[in-house]
Amino acid sequence: MSIADRIHITKRAGSSGWQSVLTRVLAIVAALVASGLIMLIMGYDPLEIYGRIITSSVTSARKLRETLNKTILLTVLSLGISVAFRMKFWNIGAEGQFYMGAFGAALVAFGFPELHPAVLLPLMGLSALVFGGIWAIIPALIKLKFSTSETLVTLMMNYLAIAFIAYLESGPWKDPKGLGVAKIAMFPDNASMPEVLGVHAGWIITLVLVVVMTVMMKYSKFGYQVDVLGESETTARYAGMNTVKVTLIAVAISGGLCGLGGYMQASAIEHSITSQLSGGLGFTAVITAWLAKLKPPVIVAVSFVFAMLLKSEVSLQALNMPSAITGIIQGVIIFFVLGSEFFVNYRISFRKAEKEG
Amino acid sequence: MAQPYIKLTNICKKFGTVQANKNVCLEVDKGEILALLGENGSGKSTLVNMLSGIYTPDSGRIEIAGKGVVFHSPKDAIKAGIGMIHQHFKLVDVLTAAENIVIGQEKSVFVNRKKTAERIKALSDKFGISIDPDKKIYNMSVSEKQTVEIMKILYRGADVLILDEPTAVLTPQEIKGLFAILREMKAQGCCIIIITHKLAEVMEISDRVTVLRKGESITTAVTKDSTPQQLTEMMVGSAVSLDIECPKEKLSEKPVLSVDGLIKRSPDGVPVLNGMTFDVYGGEILGVAGIAGSGQKELCEIVAGLMKADGGSVKFEGKEILGLSPREILRHGVSMSFIPEDRLGMGLVAGMSVMNNVILKSYNRNPGPFLDRKFAKTLAEQIVRDFDISTPSVYHEVKKLSGGNIQKVLLGREIWLSPRVLITAYPVRGLDIGASYNIYHVLNEQKKKGVAVLFIGEDLDVLKSISDRLMVIHDGAVVDIADPGSVTKEDIGMMMLGHKPGEEADRAV
Repeated sequence: MSIADRIHITKRAGSSGWQSVLTRVLAIVAALVASGLIMLIMGYDPLEIYGRIITSSVTSARKLRETLNKTILLTVLSLGISVAFRMKFWNIGAEGQFYMGAFGAALVAFGFPELHPAVLLPLMGLSALVFGGIWAIIPALIKLKFSTSETLVTLMMNYLAIAFIAYLESGPWKDPKGLGVAKIAMFPDNASMPEVLGVHAGWIITLVLVVVMTVMMKYSKFGYQVDVLGESETTARYAGMNTVKVTLIAVAISGGLCGLGGYMQASAIEHSITSQLSGGLGFTAVITAWLAKLKPPVIVAVSFVFAMLLKSEVSLQALNMPSAITGIIQGVIIFFVLGSEFFVNYRISFRKAEKEG
Repeated sequence: MAQPYIKLTNICKKFGTVQANKNVCLEVDKGEILALLGENGSGKSTLVNMLSGIYTPDSGRIEIAGKGVVFHSPKDAIKAGIGMIHQHFKLVDVLTAAENIVIGQEKSVFVNRKKTAERIKALSDKFGISIDPDKKIYNMSVSEKQTVEIMKILYRGADVLILDEPTAVLTPQEIKGLFAILREMKAQGCCIIIITHKLAEVMEISDRVTVLRKGESITTAVTKDSTPQQLTEMMVGSAVSLDIECPKEKLSEKPVLSVDGLIKRSPDGVPVLNGMTFDVYGGEILGVAGIAGSGQKELCEIVAGLMKADGGSVKFEGKEILGLSPREILRHGVSMSFIPEDRLGMGLVAGMSVMNNVILKSYNRNPGPFLDRKFAKTLAEQIVRDFDISTPSVYHEVKKLSGGNIQKVLLGREIWLSPRVLITAYPVRGLDIGASYNIYHVLNEQKKKGVAVLFIGEDLDVLKSISDRLMVIHDGAVVDIADPGSVTKEDIGMMMLGHKPGEEADRAV
């Protein structure tokens, strides 16, 4: 009898809520221990690195603000992604929708620089919503018409959007005062998002969105339709739902929220748009949304942890520690948390060798 | 009885908290056919899966020819001469019968076609099996595919054959063919275990019958010394009536649903509905018999608005509804409920709670953007109570319920909508006897309320008992609408193959 024969895997009849929470907490602890081992092998002190990650991300008002800036962006992007993911529409085009949203905001900012901020800022947000939404609806329409894979199309449209911004930088929107450097001019002052309690006002929008999305997904008819459609399109049609309409609205919300992320980042942080505006967070947000099991309140917490890791990258580098370590930690956390799903659903037991014959 | 060829003693198997088998004992000898009888969830499949090496028992002993064996994988069981035919065939569609038979069995890299063909021929002659080794699987009927599965097992030299509900998909004529093969194998000294819950077949084919109930082997009886009534009582654990009622009700004056000349072609142009025409009146159950794939699925989905037709008409109380979407059909006030055969793929949302499933068609009844959760909870509790659904709570996921309870959730929801037409496709498929009788009762209740019921079924005994009229379809068209009281099962079988009664019988073969 081989060892493999002695391992027994059985499906759990039903795991209680706290059991699955405990499993996930243990997974994160295990991930930190495993990352620590990797650091040890590489010759670093894991406690020092973990300590550094905390001291460099939350221990002063300035550091905390920068961490919160990243948290806000990750949360909005993850919220957007989660709407589409609940419907099993694999929108990994948050990057592209982010940039098109930023572009939409910039159009308004450059077009009406004299408007009062109280009018201009909401208009920019609205424009970002529309542009991000349209950028997401395009792959949805292509999917509905030609049954293409939305994963591929949304992914490819990221590069279109980034290339488009790069074209604006060096072409039509090139700043004449830029001394030959290819960049877009700064936004007019009226287009800058104000700070509230030391952090840009995007945090208020984000918190409102978290509440709105929670209510929408849990208590509204629309959220119900999205969930049914995500489980089975046949069932949705059988129940008389307008599957095309629900798909398009949900995808538009998804892309619109990602676009809103672009608007906040452009208006509050960079005061302009560049082709590096997102810092790749559109992809990180896929991970945070998934790790949070698409639940809005959990998304906030996961986004904060990931923002801490991202924030500490630079200061680790300053101490001659490889910044890639935060990437390793992220990867190991994902590995352990996704792996723990297996233990939530299955039980493993070992048994002694039996006598044969 | 001397030492039996196969002997299972005190087999136990647990899945999580569920005790699937508990101290099960079973004996089969060479040259014998043993029927394994039991309701759903009584542990029949678990038991034979352990005998064929798919699961390993937690405890207990399996002996073959007096020697204890332990199977770690299906390979070990095959080596010991045990072959199993599953409900879902495991054949490669694009290959021929012969290729499927030798797959994974040739020791050498190359297939010696001539030698293979000779062996298949020899086996065919020995067991009286007719098979065309060069025919591709996708060109085969269900019964031909089953024959290939049997041949695959014989080719491996197995002398123990386990069949899991082999007759569920066959016509009466095909069942006769299968039984002839099984009898021949028995005469040649094979051991056969057959799982079924059709009592008539148990009586016809088996020598002995072992009854399982709730994971335990209740008894083993010699078939010819027992009656169907006794076996049912042992299986269910209490006295049951095997009669299905068919009360005569007052029919509506005009048909509630009229289907006229319905035509549908598959994407590659093959006609699947060939001008199907029939009426259903309020207060009757119109039974539909036909070989699987005769157009039942297309008929249901077109009437429900899920599929587009290529021609014909479907009228509900005189109003044309063909071409409308399910949403428009609902909105036009057409009260029609369609219970699809694919319960978890279409009728219900598997991962959602009972509560969220019962509101699937009525979630939009209140104005405003929010769900009426109070209504949802009340409705769910009412359906759970009225249909006696056993679930821990209305928040329990439907996929975690048993088959019978899943069906009751679906039926409960559709009936709550007080339909004028109720279309059910295989409503008792996979349900045990107790649950099936519950469903028949519910359908009769609907009939009494004047609902027009279309009952698409597979068990001809049931169809004959419950239907007011019995429609037989073949190849997308109605062959005849018969009086279920007077038509014989053999005639129904002939009609299912496309032969009108009174035609030359020999053309059927």
